[in-house]
Amino acid sequence: MSEQNSVRMQSPLGRVRGLGSAKGGTHHWWIQRVTSIALLPLTIWFILSIALHTGSSHAQVVAWIGHPLNAVLLISFILISFQHAGAGMQVVLEDYVRGEMPRMASILAVKALCWLMALLAALSVLRVAL
Amino acid sequence: MATFTLPKNSTIGTGQTYRAEAGAKNVKSFKIYRFDPDTGENPRYDTYELDLDKCGPMVLDALIKIKNEVDTTLTFRRSCREGICGSCAMNIDGMNTLACLKPIEEVAKKDVRITPLPHMPVVKDLVPDLSHIYAQLRSVEPWLQSDTAPPPDEERRQSKEERAKLDGLWECILCFCCSTACPSYWWNGDRYLGPAVLLQAYRWIADSRDEATGKRLDNLEDPFRLYRCHTIMNCAATCPKGLNPAAAIGKIKQMMVERQG
Repeated sequence: MSEQNSVRMQSPLGRVRGLGSAKGGTHHWWIQRVTSIALLPLTIWFILSIALHTGSSHAQVVAWIGHPLNAVLLISFILISFQHAGAGMQVVLEDYVRGEMPRMASILAVKALCWLMALLAALSVLRVAL
Repeated sequence: MATFTLPKNSTIGTGQTYRAEAGAKNVKSFKIYRFDPDTGENPRYDTYELDLDKCGPMVLDALIKIKNEVDTTLTFRRSCREGICGSCAMNIDGMNTLACLKPIEEVAKKDVRITPLPHMPVVKDLVPDLSHIYAQLRSVEPWLQSDTAPPPDEERRQSKEERAKLDGLWECILCFCCSTACPSYWWNGDRYLGPAVLLQAYRWIADSRDEATGKRLDNLEDPFRLYRCHTIMNCAATCPKGLNPAAAIGKIKQMMVERQG
């Protein structure tokens, strides 16, 4: 887009063909669908579990997180959520951010944030569970 | 960021009003986008009042009447006047459609507002520059590709079921109402192929006589060329032929996943 204001004499077909197909994007699109379906039961389970713990003591909640099944489901929920959020944000940024550099920088920043938050949340569960 | 407002030199001013002749009883006004690149002025809306008792039923009839009898400088594309050439695609009353298929009486508002297809460079008045989208169409090679020689004494044959797969695809007249109604095409039209061109691509992917399916899918497999479609469905809502480009794009995505194993 940076050359938008300069004179462009390349043919429209040359511009459209550009650098060719990236031969990718399918995996990203498919993983977005898979994670969204996986999040359906996981989110319902998570919300129900939290609601059921209204009024529970600290010890009760720690014991609940400590149960292997709960810990595994919690970590799954965390990792898949951040994977899904990162993939979704990438699409939004690709849609709206202009220019290769700002686009790549913003996507990498969001991905890094998702990665750190996912690890932080997962580690917190492990600290309680192990 | 994507630009959500018109740049200064594109903001639309108010132009002239051409009154209906005295004694006209059934008057409707047409507020039409005017832009002349030769004057260097901003675009404007001119208003033309017409006596509908002396005008044909469709919006295109009104445009032709204006050009013939009121203002010969009004510029627009038209040819077949029966919804098969796709020339008179424009935005009428907020919706992309063909002027020849749009009855004037369907517009309930006082003014029939007419603008060119959205988000395209304007050549003049209601004429958009389609050279980029035509190049995109060419890039999907919308013609039959087959290494098998055709039978010497007959056409390439298809079963009824194979032929049925082309229904809902072959009817596209390439008016580009859908692509220019698509927000994804507005923001990333330089790389996203848009609903019209993707429907055309699928028309050849779905054709049992075509042998280049893999090559065609390779060419489309791209985060921008194909995956900018977020099933917003403006394409299906606006198509004057009642087609569903979003469904065709969905089938392309399905095949992309299918061929991964």
